[in-house]
Amino acid sequence: MNVAAGTLLLAQIGVAAPALAQDAVKIGLITSLSGSGGYLGQDIRDGFQLAIDMGGGKLGGVPVQVIVEDDGAKPGQAKQIADRLLKNEKVRIFTGIVFSNVAGATVPDVLDAGAIYVSPNAGPSTFAGKGCQPNYFVVSWQNDSLHESAGQLANELGYKSVYLVAANYQAGKDALEGFKRFYKGKVAGESFTRLDQTDFAAEFALIRAANPEAVFQFEPGGLGIAFLRQYEQAGLKDKIPMVVSSASLDATILTVVGEAALGVNVTSHWNIDFDNPANKTFVAAWDKAQHRPPTAYASQGYDTALAIGAALKGVGGKISDLNALREAMLKADFQSTRGAFRFGPNQHPVQDWWALKAEKSGDGKLALNTKGKILSNHGDAYAKDCKF
Amino acid sequence: MIVLEQILNGVQFGVTLFLMSAGLTLIFGIMGVINLAHGSLYMIGAYAAALVAAHTGSVGLALLGGIATAAVGGIAIEFIVVRRLYERDHLDQVLATFALTLIINQGASMLFGRQPLFVSMPAALSGSVTLLPGLIYPVYRLAVIVLGLSVAAGLFLLIHYTRVGMLVRAGATHRQMVRALGVRVGRLYTMVFGLGALLAGLAGVVAGPITSVQVGMGEQILILAFVVVVIGGLGSVRGALFGALAAGLVDTMSRAFLPMLFRRLMDGPNADALASGMSSISIYLLMALVLLARPQGLLAGKP
Amino acid sequence: MTSDSLETRIAKRMSSILTPRSGTMLVGGAMLAALPALVAAFNVPSVVGLATQILIYAIAAMSLNLVLGYGGMITFGHAAFFGLGGYTVGILYQHSADSSAFLGLIAGTDSLVVAVAAAMLVGAIGAAVIGGLSLRTSGVPFIMITLAFAQMVFFLFVSLKAYGGDDGLMMRRRDVLPFFNARDDTNYYYLCLGAAACWFALTACIVRSRFGFVLAGLRQNERRMAAVGVAPYRYRLAAFIIAGAGAGLAGALMANYLRFVSPDMMHWTKSGELMMMVILGGASTLIGPLLGAAVMVLLETLLAAQTENWQFYLGCILLAIVMLTRKGLAALFSRLPGIRS
Repeated sequence: MNVAAGTLLLAQIGVAAPALAQDAVKIGLITSLSGSGGYLGQDIRDGFQLAIDMGGGKLGGVPVQVIVEDDGAKPGQAKQIADRLLKNEKVRIFTGIVFSNVAGATVPDVLDAGAIYVSPNAGPSTFAGKGCQPNYFVVSWQNDSLHESAGQLANELGYKSVYLVAANYQAGKDALEGFKRFYKGKVAGESFTRLDQTDFAAEFALIRAANPEAVFQFEPGGLGIAFLRQYEQAGLKDKIPMVVSSASLDATILTVVGEAALGVNVTSHWNIDFDNPANKTFVAAWDKAQHRPPTAYASQGYDTALAIGAALKGVGGKISDLNALREAMLKADFQSTRGAFRFGPNQHPVQDWWALKAEKSGDGKLALNTKGKILSNHGDAYAKDCKF
Repeated sequence: MIVLEQILNGVQFGVTLFLMSAGLTLIFGIMGVINLAHGSLYMIGAYAAALVAAHTGSVGLALLGGIATAAVGGIAIEFIVVRRLYERDHLDQVLATFALTLIINQGASMLFGRQPLFVSMPAALSGSVTLLPGLIYPVYRLAVIVLGLSVAAGLFLLIHYTRVGMLVRAGATHRQMVRALGVRVGRLYTMVFGLGALLAGLAGVVAGPITSVQVGMGEQILILAFVVVVIGGLGSVRGALFGALAAGLVDTMSRAFLPMLFRRLMDGPNADALASGMSSISIYLLMALVLLARPQGLLAGKP
Repeated sequence: MTSDSLETRIAKRMSSILTPRSGTMLVGGAMLAALPALVAAFNVPSVVGLATQILIYAIAAMSLNLVLGYGGMITFGHAAFFGLGGYTVGILYQHSADSSAFLGLIAGTDSLVVAVAAAMLVGAIGAAVIGGLSLRTSGVPFIMITLAFAQMVFFLFVSLKAYGGDDGLMMRRRDVLPFFNARDDTNYYYLCLGAAACWFALTACIVRSRFGFVLAGLRQNERRMAAVGVAPYRYRLAAFIIAGAGAGLAGALMANYLRFVSPDMMHWTKSGELMMMVILGGASTLIGPLLGAAVMVLLETLLAAQTENWQFYLGCILLAIVMLTRKGLAALFSRLPGIRS
């Protein structure tokens, strides 16, 4: 046991990240690089790093040092990492978490220790309404609003009845609730699938029997890919159109499923083909640096870095006064790849939501093309409950 | 009509489970080795098939490539690691094969990245066919059912009508005796492990076009395969077939019809919550019931 | 004996107590007790949290060792009790925080003593139910049926929206003890150290008692034990229940440490992690689970900090340890002369 204790001490000292210039602001990026997260954490990290590289190692003119750590999609591990970064490295700005349950374990610790957390992805309702915190910002979206936009899209496309499918976990249930909040038509049926389910034939038979005008599904990661593929084989793709949110169909998933995703309607706050200057710069730089198409997660990582940079610029690189940093953050004084962006009263985004469609272009390549705006300056359903 | 379709769905799911669990029951039952790396062999088969298909565009080559890679991988694992574990505790086997899973999964992610792979559906098998008026069924799934049942038949012939099969059956029940009779048990074990790995790889190849080919895909189905093996009885391929079909049908039927059933008995959200909870655990419940009634499994002792 | 002088006798007695092994254990224990001071001296404060986690997992691993190592019952469902203990604490805290009652009957509490006791009770009851049914089988069916029950519990908690479901349940503050500020991390470390020491002592007593010998006998040769007139079911169930209470204790401490519970505490992969710790450290030894927990947590933390492909290296190291050592790490420890473990 003494050997173990000794190694423990040595390890902690030895593992500290290499020190840069003394005035570099440390940013802790805790994300899911291994485990069940797949490519989401990678995209967020690479988007964030891209912004720093484009700034020459600086964000908002202030030199920064990013400490990237892998939480393996495990709440306990993330918490331990945050603990170490807070106590040993004295980090005061944190970001990076992909999953809401990991955030639930880690964010309270970060906030209690007097640090700031800026979320590039997870936006659970726990922190959006009554549980909102002054040092907590979300740059991506509040989880429900993603699906509210899908409900609105279903309205606009004129579908009078929709069948709902989601994975049987908290995010899945939140997804359906968000959808139903905005969708005005009839819910033809609901199915919850298991998190380790590989075969959706039973659900397809139910869908066929209910004969809705459209299907809305929320199946994360690999489950979504399987669902799209099997949907096509079941002959449903051409019969019953699908409406999904961008979590279920992005550029990476499109590459993987190919034609099975043709014609699917997607809602998103960001797309590769947005033609505002900030996005054009981002996409060009990303294509040079990486060999895969950018996803919304990459753009979120990038935007988060810009948001932090804007805050750092506002306080001139001095983060000792957290209130000043917070005020600077709230101004959201940066050009987002999405176009219009500002923070709502609960410090979650107020932004536009767009309709996309998976289509084939002239040269036979598949792409997600922006079709039109669904919601303008949309916040979220919890903002009114937030009182600092 | 929907009942018929759901039954077909259940059978097809069962057949996919069978391909995974046949190999597992052979390894588990005959060699007494708990092989947690079986899911990784499944993944190796799927990855190999996807990569070969991407490079050559040929379905046949992809199939061959997938099962060959999985078989070779299995033999390599047996030679390097598993061979030294036969005399050891089950616990050591668990730890060693779990470590192998970590190595293989992370190795795949280091070599091929964390993005899922693209697998195209073989053109000949895409689309649906009308079996009966009102019953439209995808061709690919029918092909999977046919393939799975032929594999089952082939295994049955192998085990009951060949010399090798006789040795396998003997080794399952009287390992020491087989050794004492001068049979090279080591070679037999390697062959059995390779066969099990080949079956797992085949399951992976077959699953490629309809699921997501990514790191960790084997873990989801591995646990169900273990459940099926236990329901059917260790070492019994016949048991694996019946167990897999039973599990597939139970799971599909509960997912299809429980929500409806519960909605008749109680109101909206409670019914849904209860129904989805029940259908999640339906396979485990089935196994628990089988074990409490007949602990060795349904067809134990009948390879 | 009478021919030895007093000095010789004293020397002999001393050398049988102060062996290299007991000396190592004393030094180890002293280092654990002095850890917070050492940590402050080296300015690496987060080590206290890491050590706390190790101790909590050590308690869970020790409880599993009773069933797995000494009892010879391979169970894949132990994490269910770990999770049940954690959720007991979390649910009680939530109800006390918004002054509601669980099922309308049981009021919430944020007293650490009550919550931990409740967690141990729930763990024991869960073990009684699951063990009662599962122990009618043995061998491979037993492994699978414990796994099945654990999965059922997992899916149950994933679907419970009232208690967070998959997102998990947050505890705003740790439970309270009178006269003791459990919210201070160093204090909490000492609390866990005390709990681990108590459970270690309890396990040592059980293992060396008549009950423990019966259990070991059942593991080695059940038929012979039956011939001697021992009913296996009762003894095994008793061991299972004690182990369940221990896992519940660990779960309660973990919930308080993390201030968070989520269903992944009861997933079968968590059972697998606990099993790894026991096997790695050396099943059916007293010190094994402690070593295993320390090595596993340290390896994961160290490797993860160095590379994002840490699982690959973890796998290689684990494989090497299994292939090269016969009885886990504790075997290396027992090469030191001294009292038998």
